[in-house]
Amino acid sequence: MSINNGTARCEQWQYVCAIQAIPESAGVAALVAGTQLAIFRVGERVYALDNYDPFSGANVISRGIVGDRAGTPKVASPVYKQSFSLENGACLDDEAVQLRVWAVRTVNGAVEVFA
Amino acid sequence: MKAAASRPNLVVVGSGMVGQAFVEECVENGLSAVYRIIVVGEEPRAAYDRVHLSEYIGERSAEELAIVAPDWYAQHDIELRTDVRVDAIDRSLAKLTLSDETCLEYARLILATGSYPFVPPIDGKDGPGRFVYRTLEDLDAMRAFAGSCERGVVIGGGLLGLEAANALRNLGLKADVVEFAPHLMATQLDPGGGQMLGELIAELGVGIYTSKATERIESDDDGPTRLVFADGESLATDMVVFSAGIRPRDELARDCGLELGERGGIVIDDACMTNDPLIYAIGEVALWQGRIFGLVGPGYAMAAAAAAHLAAEPEPRFAGADMSTELKLLGVDVASFGDAHARTEGARILCYRDEVARVYRRVVVSGDGSRLIGGTLVGDTHDYRPLLMKMRSQIDITNASAALALPAGLDRAGTDEGGVGDLPATAQVCSCNNVDKAALVAAIDGGAHDVASIKSATRAGTGCGGCAPMIGGLLSARLQELGHEVDQGLCEHFELNRQQLEDAIRAGEIRDFPTLLERCGRGGSGCEICKPVAASIFASTWNDHVLDPALVGLQDTNDRFLANLQKDGTYSVIPRVPAGEITPQQLMTIARVAEEYDLYTKITGGQRIDMFGARVDQLPDIWRALTDAGFESGHAYGKAVRTVKSCVGSTWCRFGVQDSVGLAVRIEERYKGIRAPHKLKLAVSGCTRECAEAQGKDVGIIATENGYNLYVCGNGGMRPRHADLLAVDLDEATLIRYVDRFLAFYIRTADRLQRTSVWLENLEGGLDYLRKVVVDDYLGIADELEAHLQSLVGSYRCEWKQTLEDPDKLALFRTFVNDDATDPAPLYVRERGQRRPLFEAEKV
Ligand code: SRM
Ligand SMILES: Cc1cc2nc3c(=O)[nH]c(=O)nc-3n(C[C@H](O)[C@H](O)[C@H](O)COP(=O)(O)OP(=O)(O)OC[C@H]3O[C@@H](n4cnc5c(N)ncnc54)[C@H](O)[C@@H]3O)c2cc1C
Ligand code: SF4
Ligand code: FES
Repeated sequence: MSINNGTARCEQWQYVCAIQAIPESAGVAALVAGTQLAIFRVGERVYALDNYDPFSGANVISRGIVGDRAGTPKVASPVYKQSFSLENGACLDDEAVQLRVWAVRTVNGAVEVFA
Repeated sequence: MKAAASRPNLVVVGSGMVGQAFVEECVENGLSAVYRIIVVGEEPRAAYDRVHLSEYIGERSAEELAIVAPDWYAQHDIELRTDVRVDAIDRSLAKLTLSDETCLEYARLILATGSYPFVPPIDGKDGPGRFVYRTLEDLDAMRAFAGSCERGVVIGGGLLGLEAANALRNLGLKADVVEFAPHLMATQLDPGGGQMLGELIAELGVGIYTSKATERIESDDDGPTRLVFADGESLATDMVVFSAGIRPRDELARDCGLELGERGGIVIDDACMTNDPLIYAIGEVALWQGRIFGLVGPGYAMAAAAAAHLAAEPEPRFAGADMSTELKLLGVDVASFGDAHARTEGARILCYRDEVARVYRRVVVSGDGSRLIGGTLVGDTHDYRPLLMKMRSQIDITNASAALALPAGLDRAGTDEGGVGDLPATAQVCSCNNVDKAALVAAIDGGAHDVASIKSATRAGTGCGGCAPMIGGLLSARLQELGHEVDQGLCEHFELNRQQLEDAIRAGEIRDFPTLLERCGRGGSGCEICKPVAASIFASTWNDHVLDPALVGLQDTNDRFLANLQKDGTYSVIPRVPAGEITPQQLMTIARVAEEYDLYTKITGGQRIDMFGARVDQLPDIWRALTDAGFESGHAYGKAVRTVKSCVGSTWCRFGVQDSVGLAVRIEERYKGIRAPHKLKLAVSGCTRECAEAQGKDVGIIATENGYNLYVCGNGGMRPRHADLLAVDLDEATLIRYVDRFLAFYIRTADRLQRTSVWLENLEGGLDYLRKVVVDDYLGIADELEAHLQSLVGSYRCEWKQTLEDPDKLALFRTFVNDDATDPAPLYVRERGQRRPLFEAEKV
């Protein structure tokens, strides 16, 4: 699926944290296979995107406010407030910009990312 | 020096503001090398700032009012003779006779003799306790006499008369104003405006007596005792100030046969030359096309014209001057522009008079209703500049005149929040991205019907975001113009605005976002607009910790990490330094922390110290060191009470009249950290010099001899606004009560991210209404407001200290939830001995 930081790895589901470690309707940053991810929890659902904000160049997406625009779940960058779809990483304010999305699941309260 | 000695004399009579301006022009255009310039002035000192003469009562010294440095004349080889009067001009010999019995020849002569106050021929006008209001010596005499007086009266209710009345008040006297005309400021205002002004000033305790002809002044050995009017009534007084108009000091010109106007004034042409080509006249003594200009601006223009003509330059020439003015008299806003009296043939008038909010507004339009040609505003002058602009640019106002007559915030309420409606199409709305109003309107017309789509269409608002309120205001105004229904709701998740949400939260005792969404929302899960608003209202209603589990997801990143986000993803740290007072030990603590974490350090504009470049994982350690040393959170990250700026005040300053630092500390301790619709800044100055710049703050306090004057709704920043005087001479307890009420009222009723300045501008009834609520308790809610504020004060805890004590909250400060590594991204170089992030171009 992807090769990160030039280090070839065998992709697999990797444990990140317990779901309670992510505040409800908010995010945390995680370091998975050398890549910074932003992991969000909305109710029972969990999403994982790049933590890198292409507009500011800072690793901050996990610190954005979570919500929805017209029903699409999204996060707004804390720096300049562009919104990104949690489902597919598309920037809702600029068609040309896209964050990567990572497969993520919860197994018995454990959050795992496929990376 | 031989050449210098043989230079012909250019003599200036009068060292006033305009004479001085003329001499400066001569230095600039080289005339001072051609002529030997000699200034002869009758006053004991060189020119000073007569326009601000009244501040001499407010303890501004003569030196501070000076407009030329003492050695300026010597530096420029110009001779100044003070305390000498020119007694006569001999035009045939081109020679002057001076009061020190010397003579002076001139090659060219400039008459800048100004004017003198007219004293009406009233019985008893002479004797002790009678004054005029023109020079520093006049004010010295008034001050010396006032010591033994309780009340003073000003004869004449014009602009200067009202200034004199204020001076009497500042000298501690009860002041009265007597005016012959039926209303005040008859030169600038129409009767309706003058009457409203009178009512507003009367409310401040100044007695206003209009339509009164003073027949005589009765006195005893000490001075005046009472005025007796033609209608038989009388008014007790201890001193009298005449301010019944000015007259040109044209006696020299008259005696030597220069051409004068019928009612005085030396006739000049566009070059300011009199009918004698060797003699020019400038300033208040000059009469141009039948008019005398009693303002300093036109005088300066004359000085420039005369100097240019003498230097044989074709430009500039004097072309008359617009007498439009905007003033604050005794705290009342007054403006008058263009043909305020509707003297133009066929002129039509539209008038708005609000006796509740005490606002008067009259606009004068051309006979066909297509052009704005003048007007007067009393009580609220916010629209003065836009109106002036409309008048000067001759914009077609057909069908729009009725709207012009109405104050902003009435029929236009909510449609023009940022005040952009009045801007011309070329006005830059977003300065970050250089987007003008026309481009925004084009985007809206092209289908961008919400702020987000305007942003992506024009890039406006994508920089600092500061222009967003203006974009929002423009959007709703334009949509309304286009006939669309405008959604006044907060965002797509709430139909209510902030004030309505605040009511709902308070009344329904709602403490969490899901409940709020369920009861008041219109679907969806919230967003970066409504969540921080809800968080802010929860904080200013219930004051729970912002990192409590139910609240943390609502916080903007600054509140979430209790620090200020920087562009590289790190944060800055600002401990509270109440009133800017800081001990060497505290400075050492800050120094130690900054050194240990290699934080870039600078002094803020708010009298405290900022440390930049802290990673989220470092914040708790940094704060542990700071709180251990007694520091508290400075809330620089919150829409909350920030700083109370202070000046040094009476403790050290030789001019201070109260302990401004002490009061500022108490005020900052009281209000620290209170969250509000937007940030709040306060200041306390120890005297009228205003070194703490309190009039640029949301709440500004200026010490007086008798207590404190309270100013509100000032603003620096994008749209600076001078604060308005809310109440005067308060004792500390009353002051605190009023500030409590003011803050609570603002917190409850302001819109999202609306500073107090914009809030007031949109508040129906404006300042007067605010005063009624805060001072007069017109709504009967003062107790409730005070209780609300007191509950916030009572529930204050340093939120950093609480965070450090709570492991669950501390867990929020890890960089990675699953790894102790830190973010490797921010890269630094050292500059001027400190660390700073790399610029984009420096990253390889
Ligand atoms: C120390 C300080 C107050 C404080 O505790 O912070 C201060 C103190 C004085 N100010 Fe100030 N001003 C101080 C910042 C300011 C500021 C704020 C600023 O610039 O950041 C202002 C408002 C901005 C401005 O400049 O207008 C300010 C506006 C004034 C004024 C009013 C000027 C005006 O035209 O409006 C005066 C009076 C004057 O100059 O006529 C004044 C005059 C003075 C004098 C010099 C009065 C005098 O003639 O002796 C005070 C010296 C007191 C003494 O005995 O030594 N000071 N003063 C501030 C020194 C700042 C510094 O960097 O050294
Ligand atoms: C309290 C007050 C408030 C004001 N507020 C404002 C304001 O807000 N805005 C504004 O635009 N204007 C204001 N003015 C008006 C402004 O001050 C004048 O327009 C300006 O000072 C005119 O300058 P001038 O040089 O023509 O006259 P002046 O400043 O009066 O100077 C004339 C000088 O000539 C001297 N003189 C006269 N005859 C002789 C002689 N024979 N020999 C030697 N010397 C002589 C006088 O003593 C005087 O010093 C105010 C005036 C006052 C008094
Ligand atoms: S420091 Fe304070 S008391 Fe001193 S001049 Fe400035 S404002 Fe007045
Ligand atoms: S002014 Fe528009 S974004 Fe800064």
